[in-house]
Amino acid sequence: MSNIDNGCGVEIKVCMGTGGMAAGGEAVLKAFKTGLEEKGVAASFKQCSSGKVGCRGFCAKDVLVDVTVNGEKTTYQYVKPEMVERILTEHVIGGNPVADWEVGEDYRTFHGKQAELVLSDCGKVDPEDIDSYIARGGYTAIKKVLASAPEETIDLIKRSGLRGRGGAGFPTGVKWEAGRKSQGAHKYIICNADEGDPGAFMDRSVMEGNPHAVIEGMVIAAYSVGASEGYVYIRAEYPLAVDRLRIALDAARQRGYLGKNILGRGLDFDIKVKLGAGAFVCGEETALIASIEGERGMPRAKPPFPVTSGLWGKPTVINNVETLSNIPYIINKGADWFAAMGTEKSKGTKVFALTGKVRNTGLIEVPMGIPLREIIFEIGGGIENGKKFKAVQIGGPSGGCVPEQHLDVNVDYESLTRLGAIVGSGGMIALDEDDCMVDVARYFLNFTQSESCGKCVPCRIGTKRLLEILERITRGEGREGDIELLENLSNDIKLGSLCGLGQTAPNPVLSTLKYFRHEYEAHIFEKTCPAKACKALITFGILEEFCKGCGACLRACPNAAITGEKKKPHKINQELCIKCGSCFDVCKFKAVTKR
Amino acid sequence: MLTSEQVNKLEEICKRHNKAQSAVIPVLQDVQELFGYVPEDAVNFVADSMGMPRSHFFGVATFYAQFHFKPRGKNIITACSGTACHVKGSGRLIDNLARELGIPEGEETSRDRQFTLEKVNCVGACSIAPVIIINKEVHGKMSSDKLMKEIKKLRPE
Ligand SMILES: Cc1cc2nc3c(=O)[nH]c(=O)nc-3n(C[C@H](O)[C@H](O)[C@H](O)COP(=O)(O)O)c2cc1C
Ligand code: SF4
Ligand code: SF4
Ligand code: FES
Ligand code: FES
Repeated sequence: MSNIDNGCGVEIKVCMGTGGMAAGGEAVLKAFKTGLEEKGVAASFKQCSSGKVGCRGFCAKDVLVDVTVNGEKTTYQYVKPEMVERILTEHVIGGNPVADWEVGEDYRTFHGKQAELVLSDCGKVDPEDIDSYIARGGYTAIKKVLASAPEETIDLIKRSGLRGRGGAGFPTGVKWEAGRKSQGAHKYIICNADEGDPGAFMDRSVMEGNPHAVIEGMVIAAYSVGASEGYVYIRAEYPLAVDRLRIALDAARQRGYLGKNILGRGLDFDIKVKLGAGAFVCGEETALIASIEGERGMPRAKPPFPVTSGLWGKPTVINNVETLSNIPYIINKGADWFAAMGTEKSKGTKVFALTGKVRNTGLIEVPMGIPLREIIFEIGGGIENGKKFKAVQIGGPSGGCVPEQHLDVNVDYESLTRLGAIVGSGGMIALDEDDCMVDVARYFLNFTQSESCGKCVPCRIGTKRLLEILERITRGEGREGDIELLENLSNDIKLGSLCGLGQTAPNPVLSTLKYFRHEYEAHIFEKTCPAKACKALITFGILEEFCKGCGACLRACPNAAITGEKKKPHKINQELCIKCGSCFDVCKFKAVTKR
Repeated sequence: MLTSEQVNKLEEICKRHNKAQSAVIPVLQDVQELFGYVPEDAVNFVADSMGMPRSHFFGVATFYAQFHFKPRGKNIITACSGTACHVKGSGRLIDNLARELGIPEGEETSRDRQFTLEKVNCVGACSIAPVIIINKEVHGKMSSDKLMKEIKKLRPE
């Protein structure tokens, strides 16, 4: 054994974020633990450890495993329990990494243009072990902060230029200052972990990968603002994040980072967990407060803003998960360091959930101001399956799309807003030639329509009307004047709605109309769907000359719409066809057509 | 009708939450955890016990998508219809699944109560879309084939 007694160690880190768990991370870790023991590896090294880490971004490659032997790290992808034996024998004991299973070039380009800040410890620390966070400098920021006046921290955050990552981009230091100045003996800090944007999982990954950073950020916020109680309002759909958060809170309490007289500096502050109950509008701060109070989660008019009258009428500072987890890093590295990243008005980094039709999907963190093209074509590796890029949808149901001709836009608050998209919470979905933009708009309106709390008529009825028109268009029943109707209605909804949900709900419609008006026109006037996505406007058929009669389509058809004898051309009965597209997908001879 | 054992458990839930106004949602969550759904009898019971109008409980319960008012199937299948899953074909996956499980149009649970198929907006695993959760276990990069194999395992012999 080449590694015996050379004074170093073995460290194995298995991804057990949601992606890692889905791919079988638990079994992989168990296999490593058993293997290490059976092979007596611990005896050969001074240190030997194996454990779990949270998401490191490239979930599509899970289970990802870092194996570090004597300081040399190798990352393996798609690890299965049955691969563990060989990794242990050849690499850990034999000293030769198993090259076949290592991550490849795409893993490196995926990480190449990224800047790690919020995610710098995700995928490295064990989220269920507070010491692992402390070993990487965790809970040092809080010591610095508690040793100085609250105003100093507020000033530092203001100078850093940090803006809220929950969507609105409000300067965090300014919000804290208002909270500090607000009169009241009892104040609250709320961490908004509702993450309702369907297609975004930044906050989830941070809480699953490094919950202590969020807690440390909250304690610093509490000290700065003068708050004595905190809440984390988190989606019930995130059970793993909830578990890890609770474990982290207990550990922080035990170590005296939460509770009475924190670190002996006279600060009393503790944090409770509140589970959301599946309402997107509860991400809006006043609705969120109503929900914590046990009411229906309906927004109310602002002012008064929560900083003056929030939870139970007390001054309340609400910040997003990612905003708060930036805080310890800014304290430790300084305002100037942070402000050196990004653009003039958008500082630091932003975490995005890059999904959809790019080759490399996952969680990414980039410096503010990075050209969108670099995200899609370098980090994302371009569009998968050789298809053509069409647009990126950014900012979810409140956001808009960026088409090809604007791909060089810098990703920052101002530049994206100018194009009719937003940074938003950070959902970024790449679309290709097969995606119909009218259907995308319909999809989002279906979402906002069903999530409208119903308080404002323009939002409640208006989104319903918008949806009806869009549905009509995608069914091929669009009429002359529909486009103008969509535009007028959209503007009315924006003006007449109380909260951000209604005010931004028409954005997906307006932005697709702005850049893809011709697709709307094709549906309305030519009754065709250029992307061939809208069921009512397409027909499936089988080309006799290409059909080999293999029967694959016949077996795949869920509605017995296909008939034909073996080795003879098959046929589709249009009456029975429900246009599911299965036959199109399974035919190896390209005999099935979609028109 | 509630059994005396259920009554005891419900009382315990109310007590655990100090009968506070703000506890309406956590109480409903615990009730759902206990029964698998939110039965009317149970809501009436907790509302009375906490000294709050029953209508308030129902008002809150109906606002949030998380609460179910009908008994659910033995197996719970949660299909993600968030944006990332939508563009990766979750719509067809869900349609096929509903047909396979024999779930009537507009319903969530099959007649034999073996399966409940519910749709949610994003479960936060978008990079492995489309995602289906089968009895709390997350399955990523789902295809109809893979899904049918999983379903087969759950079918009673
Ligand atoms: C409909 C709606 C949904 C929202 N959802 C979220 C959310 O899920 N998470 C979040 O942090 N902020 C959300 N926000 C923004 C919050 O209202 C608030 O601006 C934010 O939490 C403030 O934190 P920040 O300054 O750190 O960004 C939402 C706003 C609206 C109007
Ligand atoms: S804009 Fe819509 S979601 Fe917001 S308060 Fe009004 S009705 Fe409710
Ligand atoms: S599209 Fe679907 S229903 Fe129609 S013939 Fe093909 S497999 Fe059958
Ligand atoms: S969950 Fe494993 S890399 Fe994201
Ligand atoms: S959209 Fe399906 S997991 Fe996020």
